[in-house]
Parts: sequence; structure tokens; C-alpha cells
Amino acid sequence: MTGRPIHELTEAYRRGETTPTAATEAFLARIAKLDGELGTYLTVTREAALRAAADAEARYRAGKPLGPLDGAPLVYKDVLCTRGVTTTCGSRMLEGFVPPYDATVVERLAAAGAVMLGKGNMDEFAMGSSTEHSAFKPTKNPWDLARVPGGSSGGPAAAVAAGLAAGGLGTDTGGSIRQPAAFCGIVGLKPTYGRVSRYGLVAFGSSLDHIGPFARDVTDTALLLRAIAGADPRDATCLTAAVPDYAATLAQGVRGLRLGLPDEYFIEGMDGEVERAVRVAVDVLRGLGAAVERVSLPATPHALATYYVIAPAEASSNLARYDGVKYGLRVAGAKDLIGMSSRTRAAGFGAEVKRRIMLGTYVLSAGYYEAYYGRAQKVRTLVRRDFDAAFARVDLIVAPMTPNVAFKLGEKEDPLSMYLNDVFAVPADMTGLPAISVPCGFSAGGLPIGLQFIGRALDEAGVLRAAYAYEQATPWRARRPSGA
Amino acid sequence: MRTGLADPGPTDWEVVIGLEVHAQLSTRSKMFCGCPTTFGAPPNSQTCPVCQGMPGALPVVNRRAVEFGIRTALAFKCRVNPACRFARKHYYYPDMPKNFQISQYEEPLAEDGSLDIEVDGASRTIGIERLHLEEDVGKLLHEGTLETARASLVDFNRSGVPLMETVSKPDLRSPDEAAAYLKAFRAVLVYLGVSNGNMEEGSLRCDANVSLRPRGSRELGTKVEIKNMNSFRNVKLALEFEVRRQAQALAAGERIVQETRLWDADQGATRSMRSKESAHDYRYFPEPDLVPLTLDRVWVEELRAGLPELPRARRARFVAQYGLPPYDAEILTQSRALADYFEAAVREFPKPKIVSNWVMSELLRELGADDERAIGSSTITPVRLAGLLALIEDGTISGKIAKDVFEKMVRSGEDGPTIVRREGLTQVADAAAVGAVIDRVLSENPKAIEDYKRGKTAAAKALVGQVMKATGGRANPGVVNRLLEEKLSKI
Repeated sequence: MTGRPIHELTEAYRRGETTPTAATEAFLARIAKLDGELGTYLTVTREAALRAAADAEARYRAGKPLGPLDGAPLVYKDVLCTRGVTTTCGSRMLEGFVPPYDATVVERLAAAGAVMLGKGNMDEFAMGSSTEHSAFKPTKNPWDLARVPGGSSGGPAAAVAAGLAAGGLGTDTGGSIRQPAAFCGIVGLKPTYGRVSRYGLVAFGSSLDHIGPFARDVTDTALLLRAIAGADPRDATCLTAAVPDYAATLAQGVRGLRLGLPDEYFIEGMDGEVERAVRVAVDVLRGLGAAVERVSLPATPHALATYYVIAPAEASSNLARYDGVKYGLRVAGAKDLIGMSSRTRAAGFGAEVKRRIMLGTYVLSAGYYEAYYGRAQKVRTLVRRDFDAAFARVDLIVAPMTPNVAFKLGEKEDPLSMYLNDVFAVPADMTGLPAISVPCGFSAGGLPIGLQFIGRALDEAGVLRAAYAYEQATPWRARRPSGA
Repeated sequence: MRTGLADPGPTDWEVVIGLEVHAQLSTRSKMFCGCPTTFGAPPNSQTCPVCQGMPGALPVVNRRAVEFGIRTALAFKCRVNPACRFARKHYYYPDMPKNFQISQYEEPLAEDGSLDIEVDGASRTIGIERLHLEEDVGKLLHEGTLETARASLVDFNRSGVPLMETVSKPDLRSPDEAAAYLKAFRAVLVYLGVSNGNMEEGSLRCDANVSLRPRGSRELGTKVEIKNMNSFRNVKLALEFEVRRQAQALAAGERIVQETRLWDADQGATRSMRSKESAHDYRYFPEPDLVPLTLDRVWVEELRAGLPELPRARRARFVAQYGLPPYDAEILTQSRALADYFEAAVREFPKPKIVSNWVMSELLRELGADDERAIGSSTITPVRLAGLLALIEDGTISGKIAKDVFEKMVRSGEDGPTIVRREGLTQVADAAAVGAVIDRVLSENPKAIEDYKRGKTAAAKALVGQVMKATGGRANPGVVNRLLEEKLSKI
């Protein structure tokens, strides 16, 4: 039961083959059994989950389920505010912080009948690509416990891969949904910037932060996206465009679609197995009737460097509020207010967070602003223009998700080599374009590989449709991690 | 209040002052959330995740605040930018929940306006550099003094209240001009109804940049920023002090240090708060949680068309239409409520100068010229004031009695005729009655009569006073004068 996608599970509820309570209990039992080893959850909300499941069950019994997500057991990254449930962002700074409100996405999924199982582990304040920067514990990759699940949304990604949740939500600022989805062999989608409200998402890089779904398959991804997308008066950057029924257009196929394969996404030093898997996947798409052509996105090499100016700049600002005054950690013993804040921040933030705060503070400071932040914004425009030019010729970009498969815990101690892991992910964050990672094979060592589609702004439907066509034509989603 | 600093003597320096004025906008809800803005509510009772800076909360712009900003900008003849943007201004202070303030920086709401002021009858146009919107911070309360406090408490009720910052050009040339600018500025805000302009409650706050330069020089001297001047009087006193301080330093050959100084009203002096070296680097950058604000031209033009008559125009009209002295017009137009009051009273009693005298001397003694609410809710309505003045006009009561009646009206809330009737204050103009009193007074004051006969005219005045006293002030002064003169001439 814990291995099935949501749409199959809720179909089974409808047919009376199983119930939301039975499913929720099965997931909770599996969490109890496996999560000590995997470390995917920071909080498990057992009682609330069973209550929500009982409510869903009553609706099914009455023949009035709320929709295809009613009773779906989900995991939410611990960066999403949940009313009455601790939200830590993987940081000592917010240990024990209980938000008085729900994020819009949490509210919307609850309204769709979803059952929250708990809060997923993550790199502290979503800064990292391995979930090793969680202040509480690392999460392990269910395909190989010696390896990382990716990050920063490693907890929810690994939980979905390991059958500790049927689906979930992550956030993607520089690849943090798609890279762990690729490493864990599941589907992860980052929608267009503004498609999904950020209200209640604890900010890292406000102009780069996106919320999106993790799922076993593309159909679930489409269902989850539809539930969370759409206008929200509480987020001024949220778009008002109508939300299409993504699931309805999934099966339209890729025949006649023009796919662009960017030269800059095949780089020196990348894992040969990954490159081969992606090129084979492209052949599959060609076989399905897509027209594939080479495109060039020349600003790509600068996107990552630029990202590491903009994201830390915004982070340094967003994280200024953690000062021990209002919520979360407060270190005692200071003589005055400034001392209290300094001590609290020194103790509450981990090394990676401090590194980025310092970097961001530097690039925003007087005399350096234009040289760094100002220039980075210009490069960001160039990255966007590259995509505009490409999308004049093709409908979607198809590319590898990561240059390599999941690496070993502790393998990337040098921050720069960790950052390089997101080189193919970051452009979609910088441009706000919708992008998905879908499994496209395994390395010889049995580690998953991800294929990325990037679409035009608000063309989530196109991205999902291509991913679905590929998924249906290949066997990858049937394979489960050995422990799961 | 005058300080130990001696006047530096004949000055060779020209004073250059620019003012930054922060005005709280009287919107019902806050700048970026729906919390109410009411003053004086229990601590933290008017807060939500947004104005408490909770993780994950996001700002949404209050359209009404933008409207108030545009109306003010138009009243100051500013160019309202077709698009503007919010920016984050960073500094750490526990009363600021996000440790940044959402403000505007490179792309303000409006720029390049002006405000006309008048000092000693001379009119000057003061440039306005820019006008922008931002959010207020909370308030820190210490147990005891800041130095000895064992704990500090923070109240976020004010956090997120809309503020409008308006920066003048360095066009002001004296503390008097600065004070006049601030008064004129406040009057415009109050007229527009965008702010209550109350300096005591902190709805209007003012910082000044002050520098001196050799007269005739075109370059600006080193400026010093003065903060913490929380009343019109303190603005003037602080600036006067600072000008003297700088003039004295310059006369002694010292260099002025660029710094921020706080006005200490108790000491009557400014004191150094921080130097330029330790000045904040605010690390401004565009607020990524808000999209740039594009302003619909049609809307802006609608707001322009809806602007009320502004203080200066109204003052000129009061002089032209009612023949009032400029001084009266100035005072009466200080607030919209007062000017409205005056015009309503004149409609009922069309002798403008008399109404003006009564409003300025009697009404404002009770109410205070800038207390909009008090003027609006006074028991002495314009109709009642006009009714009282009519009683003087038709000779029912004397002007002196009328002043007593006025005070009784304030206290009891009754109208003039009721009080006059009940207390029998009707003026005595009957020659026989007045004559009888005069006869009695004359018989009791033979010495005054002697004096009068020897040519001391002051003696007659004393006798008039006696008669008025004996009638409880009710005798008609004209009748008393006439009869007394007659009787004295017969003696």
C-alpha cells in the first residue's frame, strides 16, 4: 500500500479496497520502522494524521470524497509553516518554533483532504544540496544509505522514494526540489515563479523561492500542483492566471513537440553514465514523435555564479529577523539587546548559513552593490533572454537534471563542489521557468538519474505532458529502492 | 532654555537647513497587512504574522496608503512617478521585527515638488526632493531607564503603520523658516485628511540636516543631522542651538564633524549620537516580495481633480473675500476644521472680522488651533457662536458680558440666549434706569467730580467703571457714556 502512487491509493479508497485510516497507519508504521535509519522526518504528526484520515474516511463512506487527493498521506518540507506544528527549517534557530498559521499550500492541501504525516528534514534554511546541513540529522538516500538524498528538500524526497509518504511538498530555490528528486528516483516539479503562493514558506531567497510537489509519478505531480497553484491575495508576487486541469492534458503525447537540447548542459567532468542515460532518454522522446534540436543557452555558465550572489543577498536580508527577540532560539546571558542578538545568531545558525549571510551582506554593502548585486541582476536578465531566444524555436528544453548521481555523505566538504551540483538546476530558478525532474534510468551502481524538462512561463502543462509521455514509455517508476 | 553657548556675534555664515518629515498616514489598516492602526490599544493587540515579522509572512501593499501618498504628492506639486518600487532598508533594532524596514529608495513614489512658506511677510518656495512610503517600526519599553533596565518589552502595534517620508531640498535659511515649513507642511496634510499631524502622538516626526557656509558660497558645508525634535517649538529651539553651535565652532576655526545629533529638550542642547564612520550601511535592495507599483494615470488624475482647496489658497481667499488681515487668515486656515468653522460662522453672522476676533481669542483659547477633532466636536458650534455675536450686535448684551456667556456655553453646553435669559444678563439701555445708577455713583464719589472739573478726564473713565460695576456689567456702555457726560456737564 505504501508503494502506490496517490491516484491509485485514492482510487482504492473509492472502491473500498482500503481506507485512508488503514493507509495512514501503514505509512506511520513504516516511518516508525525505517525512519530511525533514513532520517527523513523532523516531526511526525501521528495523532493529527489519524484524525485527518478518519475525516477523509467518513467522506468516502458518505460517498463524498473531496477529490483525487482526499486521504493522501503527505510529507511537507519543514520550511512550510504549519499551524500548531513545529516548523524548524532544519535550524537550531527555530527549534521549537510553532507557527500560528498555515502556509497557503498547506491550507489548500488540507482543503483537498490531504493527510499530513509530518515535516520533512532539510538543509538548514534550505541552504545545501545534500541535507547534510540539517542542524538535527542527515537524511540518507534510500537507494544507498551511504549516500545523500540531495537537498535541500532531501527529507521529503527520500520519504516519498522510500514509501514513508505517498507524496509531498518541497521548495526549490536553486534546485532543491528537482536535484533530490533526481537523486531519489522520483518526480519533482518546480512551477513557474508566482504560480504557487509563497505565503507561509519561510523565505530563503524571495525572488528565487518556489514551492512544488514530490511524487511517485507524473500523474500525482499534476494532481498536487493543481491543488496548490493559483492566485493568493496574501502573496503580492503570486500570479492570477487560471489553473488548468493538468492531469487532463497529460496523455496528449509529445508528437510534434519541438524539444531543445542545450549544448551547455553537457559539460566536462560530468558523469558519463548520466550523460548516456539522458541521451538515450532523448532518443526515446524522438521515438515518441518529438522533434529534438540543439539549442544554445550561452549564459548558462554564469548562472550559478550569479545565483550565489542573488540568493545569499536575499538570504542575508530574510534571515535578519532571527535575533532572539520574538521567536525561536534566544541565548541567555547577554548584557544588552545587541549582545543578545549577536549571541543568538552565533549559536543558532550553522556554518553554511553563516557563510551565505556573510556573502550576502558583503554583496549588498555600500560600494559593492553595483559590482555584485547590480551586475548579478543584469546577468539574470541575460539568462532569461537565452531562454526567450530558445523558446522562439522550441517548445521545451530537455536536459540532464544533475551532472552526477547521488554522492556519498561527507564527500563534498568543499562548499564550491557542493554548489556545482546545482549547475543545471539553477537557471530555471533564476528565470522562474517551470521545470521538472523525472527518473530516466540508473547508474551501474543502482543509483537513480533524473531527466529535466524546462518550459515556457506558465507552461506547467507542457512540462508535465512531456514528462508523462517519457514516463509511460519507460519502466523506471516500477523500480523501488531495496530497503523500501 | 537658552544655553551656555554665547551668541557668536555678527555672523558671516549662511544657514542651510533641509527637513525630512515622517507623517503617519491615517489609513484604517497598516501598510502591508490588515491590522488596525488605532493609537493606544493594549500592547501587541493589533498585530499579525506580517507586522510581527513571522517567518513566511509576506507584505501586501495598502492601496489607500498609496492613494494618500499620491494626493499629498500632488498637493506639493510633485511629479508622481508612473512606476515606483519598494526597497528593504536594513539595520538591527529589536523594535523592527524583520530587522529591515520596507521603504522606498531609488524609485520613490514622487519627486520634485515644492511648498510655499511665509516668514515675516516674505514668501519663499521651498523645494521638495522626494516623497515616499514606508512602514513604521514598533516601540521598545524598558523596565526603568535604558541603562538600568533589567528587561525590555516590545510592542508591535505601531509596527507596519504607514509612514510617508518627505525630504525637502536644502532650501531653508533659518530655524524660523524651518518651523514655518513644518507648519505649512502639516497644514497641507491635515487639509488632505491624510494624517492627523499630531506631533505629541508621534504622527508627525521631523529630522533636520543643518549646515553653515560662508555667505555667498555656493557649496554646501558639512551637514549635521538633528533628530528627536518632537514639537514645533523644539524644532525651532534645536535648530537655533545647532546653528549657534556650528557658527561658534567655525568661528573658532574648528571643522564640523558629519554626524547625527540628538536634541535634548531638557538640556536645551544637541548631543552627538553617532559619527559618519559609524553610520549605518542600510544595504538597500529592491523588495523582492512586492512587485513594482505601476500607477494608473487615470487614477492619479482623478485624485488630482479631487484635491481640496489647500491652506495657502484658502488663506489668500480669506483675505480677498472676507477682508481679513493676513495674520487672521493665517491662523484661521491652519487647519481645515478651523477654516470650515470660520466660514460656517460667517455664513450665519456675516461680519468676518468680528467672527475672526472671536474665533481667534475665545474659541482657540478653549480648543487649540490644531486640534481638528476638538474643533469639529465643540459644543460651541458655528451657529451658536453666530447667535452669541448677534446678541451683541442687537444690543441685547455687551461684549464683556458676551465673553462670560461664551465661557458658560463651553461649560454647560447651552446656547447663548438660554443663558442670557436665565441669568438676566440682558443689557440695560433704559436711560431712566441707567440715570438712577449714575446719580447714585456721582453722589458717592464727590472727589471724582472735583477731579473731573479740574480737567482730569481720567476721572470720567473711573466713574464709567463704577457705573458698569454697579450694574453688573449689564449697562449699555454707549448709554452710560452719554448720560454721564450730560450729568457731569450740569454739575
